[in-house]
Amino acid sequence: MNRINKLFQEKPSNILSIYYTAGFPELGDTLLIAEELERAGADMLEIGFPYSDPVADGPVIQASSKQALENGMDLKTLFNQLKDLRSRINIPILLMGYVNPMLQFGVENFCKACAEVGVDGCIVPDLPMAEYEEHYQEIFKQYNLSNIFLVTPQTSEERIRKIDELSTGFVYLISSSATTGKNLQVSQNTEDYFARIAAMKLRNPTMIGFGINNKATFDKACQFANGAIIGTAFVKVLSQDKSAAGIHKFMKSISE
Amino acid sequence: MNYFVNEKGYYGDFGGAYIPEMLYPNVEELRQNYLKIINDESFKKEFHQLLKDYVGRPSPLYLAKRLSAKYNANIFLKREDLNHTGAHKINNTIGQILLAERLGKKRIIAETGAGQHGVATATVCALRGLECVVYMGEIDIQRQAPNVARMKMLGAKVVPATSGSKTLKDATNEAMRDWVNNPVDTHYIIGSVVGPHPYPDMVAIFQSIISEETKKQLKEQTGNDQPDYVLACVGGGSNAMGMFYHFINDENVKLVAVEAAGQGVNSGHSAATTALGKEGVLHGSRSILMQTEDGQVVEPFSVSAGLDYPGIGPQHAHLFKTGRGKYVSITDDESLQAGLLCTQLEGIIPAIESAHALAYLEKMTFTGHENVVVCLSGRGDKDMDTYMKYFGL
Repeated sequence: MNRINKLFQEKPSNILSIYYTAGFPELGDTLLIAEELERAGADMLEIGFPYSDPVADGPVIQASSKQALENGMDLKTLFNQLKDLRSRINIPILLMGYVNPMLQFGVENFCKACAEVGVDGCIVPDLPMAEYEEHYQEIFKQYNLSNIFLVTPQTSEERIRKIDELSTGFVYLISSSATTGKNLQVSQNTEDYFARIAAMKLRNPTMIGFGINNKATFDKACQFANGAIIGTAFVKVLSQDKSAAGIHKFMKSISE
Repeated sequence: MNYFVNEKGYYGDFGGAYIPEMLYPNVEELRQNYLKIINDESFKKEFHQLLKDYVGRPSPLYLAKRLSAKYNANIFLKREDLNHTGAHKINNTIGQILLAERLGKKRIIAETGAGQHGVATATVCALRGLECVVYMGEIDIQRQAPNVARMKMLGAKVVPATSGSKTLKDATNEAMRDWVNNPVDTHYIIGSVVGPHPYPDMVAIFQSIISEETKKQLKEQTGNDQPDYVLACVGGGSNAMGMFYHFINDENVKLVAVEAAGQGVNSGHSAATTALGKEGVLHGSRSILMQTEDGQVVEPFSVSAGLDYPGIGPQHAHLFKTGRGKYVSITDDESLQAGLLCTQLEGIIPAIESAHALAYLEKMTFTGHENVVVCLSGRGDKDMDTYMKYFGL
């Protein structure tokens, strides 16, 4: 059992996970932001490793990736920064990014480095399930890493079952088919979709992401899943005010 | 050796569908239906009728006598430049628009670099009355004003891609993001043999009309349907794949793919993907791409906007890796000189893309008997600015 499984066991509802891009706004900010987020009450973190062509992301996260790359962020640098992660931070940490940087680093090297620094799992949106199952699942298992798959309103029930079977950690429900950074509009359709998933009684917990940007959308999402993920809204905060006060103010606005 | 796609969507080590879950239903719908639709008799009839009456096919296979004399071989030009809209791109957009209609799609999106594929897409959307949105890098919009105007006149909305390097690769990213956000009613007409499976196969099939006709025409003109060489330029590689397609299993036909070396392969301003690239994933498929050690995609450079792409289609990567195709490169200067030569010897102003293929003739040696087919993929009207500046015309 890794930290992700433990978290869901201890706290089955209202889990708040925050996404931000490594090396943004400044190269050396990665761990400082993680520490501040843990202090401010985040339950889990998703640290993005930047890619030049992030097709699932909207303008805000694209811009943060571009800046991070210009700052000199790459996977080697990131794993170096995360060396003393576990002497400073206790909550579960996931790395999120696109498949090509991971392939160039070497999937086995990547998983090994994650295990060494104490990263608990990964989200790689453009790594298809079939590829993962055929080539990489064993490596992930060997290093006790969770791999998180996405589900959208258009994902078939059969495919969701398959995703649930392959997932360890949680299943990531995308609120609507969209790139990151759109506002969540909870229509009847969205509620039906969330309710449909809830009724499937998946073996994994679920988290809702994409479009969660304030207390109202966070609370709404938590009615249908074990928790929710905030990305773009927090990256926006970082680009304006990355101070501890700024981070705490944002976190307060979600939890109070 | 199998040079074509297998049931998993791969060409040897290359291909696949590396897409986020948001695109899965669209791509899967296409995968399940494309062969059924393309092989349907009513589709075939409509496709070939439009290619004949609207595009103006078959395009001539022209024995270029003065180029032949110069190079000491029989040089045949496959005249894709004579197609409606001026390039081979329309073969694919006609096929995909008919397919999109049969899938019940109402809205078409596309990416474009120089604007040729954008114009070809806007053209078929006007022809069939479908909404059309074309993504184009902000920098390319400034460089290619006449094509932007053509697309607008054809009724398309041209959206500037302002992310990344603001060129073709970013226009492709933006089109993919549009598709993520519009998963039900939209079809994405990719312009080259790139993207997730089944795109590389589908686009190759639509472009394969080029080699299908060439075979027949060669047989009529020379008595032999197999030339010694076929040459074509490669950006993503759609005209080359169309030109190679029906010759791939004729192992005695040598396939030569000409990439853009830009200012020189090692100049730091190049688009010679097979020389400079490594295996990786870009725009949904595993192929060869120009990238940093960390896997960030490198911005390519070529005088020719149509070859200015950091990857190649997965089938090309397979032909390259297996040695079935020979992948070479030609610099900006060499291509422009070859364009001028073709113009002055044959009265044909080629697109600078196509001039790359012509330029490689200079580097080959012939004994006077060889039959050589060069795909003249597009006409040079769009490149007059570049030609004028370079030659001080």
